[in-house]
Amino acid sequence: MENANQHFRRKVRLHPLEIVFWLCTLLPFVVTPNYLSLASQIAITALFALSLDLILGYAGIVSLGHAAFFGVGAYTAGLIAKHYWLEPLSSLVIAGALAGLVGYATSHIIVRFRHLALIMLTMGLGLLLHEAANSASMLTGGADGLQGFKVPSVLGFKFDMFGRAAYAYALAVLFVCFLVARRVIHSPFGLALRGIRENATRMPAIGAPSRAHLRKAYTIAAVLAGIAGALLTHTTSTVSLETLSFGRSADVLVILILGGAGRLYGGIIGAIIYMVARDQFSGANPQYWYFWIGLLLVAVVMFLPNGILGGIGALYKKSK
Amino acid sequence: MLSTKNLNKSFGSLVVAQDIALELPQGRRYALIGPNGAGKTTLMNLLTGMLAPDSGQVFLGGEEITRLRPDARVKKGLARTFQINTLFPQLSALETVTLAVLEREGHAHNWWRGLPRFGAAIDEAHAILDSLKVPPTRETKELAYGQQRLLEIALALATRPKVLLLDEPAAGVPKDESAVLFDAIDGLSRELTILFIEHDMDVVFRFASRIIVMVGGRILVEGPPEEIARDERVREVYLGKTRLAA
Repeated sequence: MENANQHFRRKVRLHPLEIVFWLCTLLPFVVTPNYLSLASQIAITALFALSLDLILGYAGIVSLGHAAFFGVGAYTAGLIAKHYWLEPLSSLVIAGALAGLVGYATSHIIVRFRHLALIMLTMGLGLLLHEAANSASMLTGGADGLQGFKVPSVLGFKFDMFGRAAYAYALAVLFVCFLVARRVIHSPFGLALRGIRENATRMPAIGAPSRAHLRKAYTIAAVLAGIAGALLTHTTSTVSLETLSFGRSADVLVILILGGAGRLYGGIIGAIIYMVARDQFSGANPQYWYFWIGLLLVAVVMFLPNGILGGIGALYKKSK
Repeated sequence: MLSTKNLNKSFGSLVVAQDIALELPQGRRYALIGPNGAGKTTLMNLLTGMLAPDSGQVFLGGEEITRLRPDARVKKGLARTFQINTLFPQLSALETVTLAVLEREGHAHNWWRGLPRFGAAIDEAHAILDSLKVPPTRETKELAYGQQRLLEIALALATRPKVLLLDEPAAGVPKDESAVLFDAIDGLSRELTILFIEHDMDVVFRFASRIIVMVGGRILVEGPPEEIARDERVREVYLGKTRLAA
């Protein structure tokens, strides 16, 4: 029988499948070199979904306004590139920090609510920020977006038309952020978050300041979302209002539900499936591709209520 | 150790606590009894901060805690269990109790160090579960009901309380399993002040050094078990003359 510390070590230990998974993320460089732009979009969306997973999957905060932080990161990176400097890594850090600051400020409101009120509140905050960016067109370019800059390279690697540097950059940042998120969920703080998800009302009775924990989780998630937004800016050299849109918030929620919330890899798997499906469906059926996305979502929710990874996990448990 | 002054609480016209004045010295074991709806659980909620009183004060170790949040009261040494299991279904018992220890030690905010690095907290949690004979590594939802009741107590103990409030610790537990549970409670430190709500009079008279009887949101009488057993008012409102005469 395993001892107490082994119980925790077993959960923290890197599974061989994880190593295989991350090695597979390098395959696009050799297998699908013509799709590296799509691959970098997937990596960015995966990071965005990972950030949502921290609050939805681990802390139980359902958000329909998570694009607010993605957009703050995207616009911060865009404004830095347009008006100050083109070096992307420092701008990535600043974008994450600013998104985190907005996350921390709004978290004080967010943590007071649960369930439907929380969903409406996050959606409302997202819409507020979207319209604020729309009206501040002098700063943001309004409906035209922010253009007229070109981030040339990262660490000396030029962003070329094939998207090699862009994918390498997006993948590297995703991997580093994933390691951070992994450390967070396997830390005492991560355990507290799971406690809140499992039984928020019980937490104060074990001396846990749940709201303080939730504020911190919300802030960390906002930082990661901001970094994802900045990545998009750096790899596309443009920022549009769409980065702050309700649609982006809804999409990332769908992605996480598809992949499986609260599993760390759910957002990444969801992003791969969703983005590839969208690419294929929109190619085959440009007008009605959302029909197929809808069908995919209905099928997954009906047959795999805990997402694709949840279904695989259940099968694995059964087979043991 | 734990005391209250003129504690009052009403829900509209329904008075659930009226002029409650308690004085629980260190190391005593109090039973809180009374018919259903007497306000026993409400009193526990008022003591732990889960309900705010309309008026009155709560003191712990001489310090007023009336305005403190529930989690801050736990940190001061006031822990409780619940009548209905309110646990963390998908966490293992060890994870649950380790979390309580980490919260007590102020480590639960740490997001940059892995859990296995907190060996002392894990070992302490394991020792608590071991003392109560709760399987540590199984998910809470897979534990038998009696084991879940013990886990409730383990969680409270992990906060290192000075005062422990037990709300019907054996509720729903079969008679033979409740003996294990009360043996565990009986084995707790004699330094610990305990207030427990219980309907089983055999248990009450066996474990309590003093008994508080509540009726209609008020404390009817408080005293040692033999005195309570003789009290005419208690016989009339709660215990029943026949049983006590026997």
